[in-house]
Amino acid sequence: MTERLFLSGNEAIVYGAIDAGCRFYAGYPITPSSEIMHLMAKELPRVGGVFIQAEDELAAINMIIGASWAGLKSMTATSGPGFSLMQEGIGYAVMTETPLVIVDVMRAGPATGQATKSAQGDLMQARWGRHGDQYLVVIAPMTPQEAYDLIIEAFNIAEAYRVPVVFLMDEFIGHGREIVVRRGADKLVVRRKPSDHEPPFGSKDPRIPPPMPRLGEGHYVLVTGSTHNEWGYRDVHGFETHYKLVTRLKEKIWDNIDKIFKYKVYGDPDARRIIVCFGSTCRPAIDAAERVGGTKVLRLITLWPLNYDKLAEELSGAGKVVVPELNLGQLVYDVAQVYPRSKIRVINKVGGGIPIYPSEIIKVLEA
Amino acid sequence: MPKQTLPQVPIKKGEPAYKLWIFEPGWKGELPLILNPRQLAEQKRPALLPGHRLCAGCAAPIIVKLASFAFRGPTIVVNATGCLEVATTIFPYTSWAVPWIHNAFENAASTGSGVEAAIKALKKTGRLPYEHVDVVIFGGDGGTFDIGFQALSGAAERGHDFLYILYDNEAYMNTGIQRSGGTPPFAWTTTSPVGKVIPGKQQAKKPIADIMVAHRIPYVATATPAHWLDLMKKVRKGIEVEGPAFIHALSPCDRGWRHGTELAIEIARRAVDTCYFPLWEWTPETGYMLTDRSLAIARNPSLKQPIEKFVEVQGRFKHLLKPENRELLKKFQEYVDLVWEDLLKRAANAPK
Repeated sequence: MTERLFLSGNEAIVYGAIDAGCRFYAGYPITPSSEIMHLMAKELPRVGGVFIQAEDELAAINMIIGASWAGLKSMTATSGPGFSLMQEGIGYAVMTETPLVIVDVMRAGPATGQATKSAQGDLMQARWGRHGDQYLVVIAPMTPQEAYDLIIEAFNIAEAYRVPVVFLMDEFIGHGREIVVRRGADKLVVRRKPSDHEPPFGSKDPRIPPPMPRLGEGHYVLVTGSTHNEWGYRDVHGFETHYKLVTRLKEKIWDNIDKIFKYKVYGDPDARRIIVCFGSTCRPAIDAAERVGGTKVLRLITLWPLNYDKLAEELSGAGKVVVPELNLGQLVYDVAQVYPRSKIRVINKVGGGIPIYPSEIIKVLEA
Repeated sequence: MPKQTLPQVPIKKGEPAYKLWIFEPGWKGELPLILNPRQLAEQKRPALLPGHRLCAGCAAPIIVKLASFAFRGPTIVVNATGCLEVATTIFPYTSWAVPWIHNAFENAASTGSGVEAAIKALKKTGRLPYEHVDVVIFGGDGGTFDIGFQALSGAAERGHDFLYILYDNEAYMNTGIQRSGGTPPFAWTTTSPVGKVIPGKQQAKKPIADIMVAHRIPYVATATPAHWLDLMKKVRKGIEVEGPAFIHALSPCDRGWRHGTELAIEIARRAVDTCYFPLWEWTPETGYMLTDRSLAIARNPSLKQPIEKFVEVQGRFKHLLKPENRELLKKFQEYVDLVWEDLLKRAANAPK
């Protein structure tokens, strides 16, 4: 059923999500992500899905949590201010191990900032926006085609590891329009349901996420954001239950990092000059590397969990490392963990909807 | 036809036509509420200055200007995120002649609460250089019916002394015409698209003014820019009462309602004539009181127009005029009649 469509990143997400089996969408209007909602309102009912416009982002995130527990693959889309409102719900989803996909089409913040202008300032918030120790997965596409492909991947990760996945997309990609091949999903992860004596919130091997029951199918299900044992019973006093739960939630992600973490290398793989980037800054970086030659582009697809060993391996023997970002410097902290900060050159630019141009990167590369 | 000229407004020599509202510390008294159009033009300056970028034909600035003619003195405007906020503050300018604070989408009422509470504290300790400083909040329907409702309800319950003016254009016009709690049934929006199966929005409009009445705050009213004297009087009453006041003003939107730019006032008028949007006010003492045209319709029901009159000029309802959708139009009429009859039962000054 391969189709060639002329789509914006936002629209590509809708078709990708539907092809990934998403059948529930709840959202709230916010620039620059509203097009996802408009198309979902049209397309979801056609495939038997449910579209609901919520009264705010708090309602939207909690609706998709409810829908996910009722058995549907669910997602929402928003932008900075709405993403801030959703944090409580995302924390709850991490704690209750609810598979969700949250699309954050990034605009320039903080606060209402510049609603129509692209930025990459939500990177740290996507990872750490909630209180408490919590780990989820963050993925960033680089083109509308990738928005389509990676949203399918995002649903697969969410279902496989019972974790909310934040799909971090720049406004440039959300509103950028290109040919997108709707090739369908290669494989779809099917949610594992528990047998009679399998606990829904615990497993012997922390690397294997527990199976997820479905509300209303006869399973005895207790779901709570308070600390709970493997059967869902609340324990808000004991040390062991809490420690066991939060470590398992962490290990579930970090011990599977080899499967989750993805990145791509462009340009000259043996070059000592390296550009590390994600999202919309990748294309100017690749272009710059091609023009000047002798440069490797290390492009991160998974932004969290970040495989620091892999990053260190890729950066070993590097001469100059350039980190272009549409913010005041967030990814650079990760690079600095594995490479001396004094040798990293940053290009920071944010606001006004101005991209980082290849020429700027070339200037820094050759300086 | 003679060449059209701008109305000659007497402006003192050497004085700009439009200026900021400045009240010297120690300013006492009250700005008069002028209802004579000529005097109004001569003596009043709106708090919203020209040059804003709201769409041609938008009713929101008309509501704001009329409301500001009824301000009684030093006033602070709190603005929720929305069309009004983005289009009146185009960099590097502002259209606001009064102090203006914009917070996020959901918290205009909370921000207003804070401002009002601080003013009260300053006054109590003798640090306020004025007799009174009024807080007027402008919010759209999304920021009032939906995301801002919790903040509004909380502020009303706490009893902060502010006037909340809701300019209701019946959808999220700022972000691309998505449905809101204020969108009427059967209306087309981008998230309630009209198709073969679903004829636009399937839910009713939230009765926000009645919900505010249920909070038992001192003053609640509905208004439209077409009934401008009524609107100004209501704004003044809302400012003068002690405690929260709420005005629900219908604000036709040519982009979202899909009508001609010259029709905003006409459509607001038809909304009242068809009893789609009745004009009334409520106080705990008097209960519901019909005002202006709605009172005339209550006294003489033959003035009431069929809902087609309201629907026929708007593209968002055009599917209702198709012969196969006659049933829906009838349903819409029944819905409007139900709300109107209910109001007639409750209104103290409606003929029984």
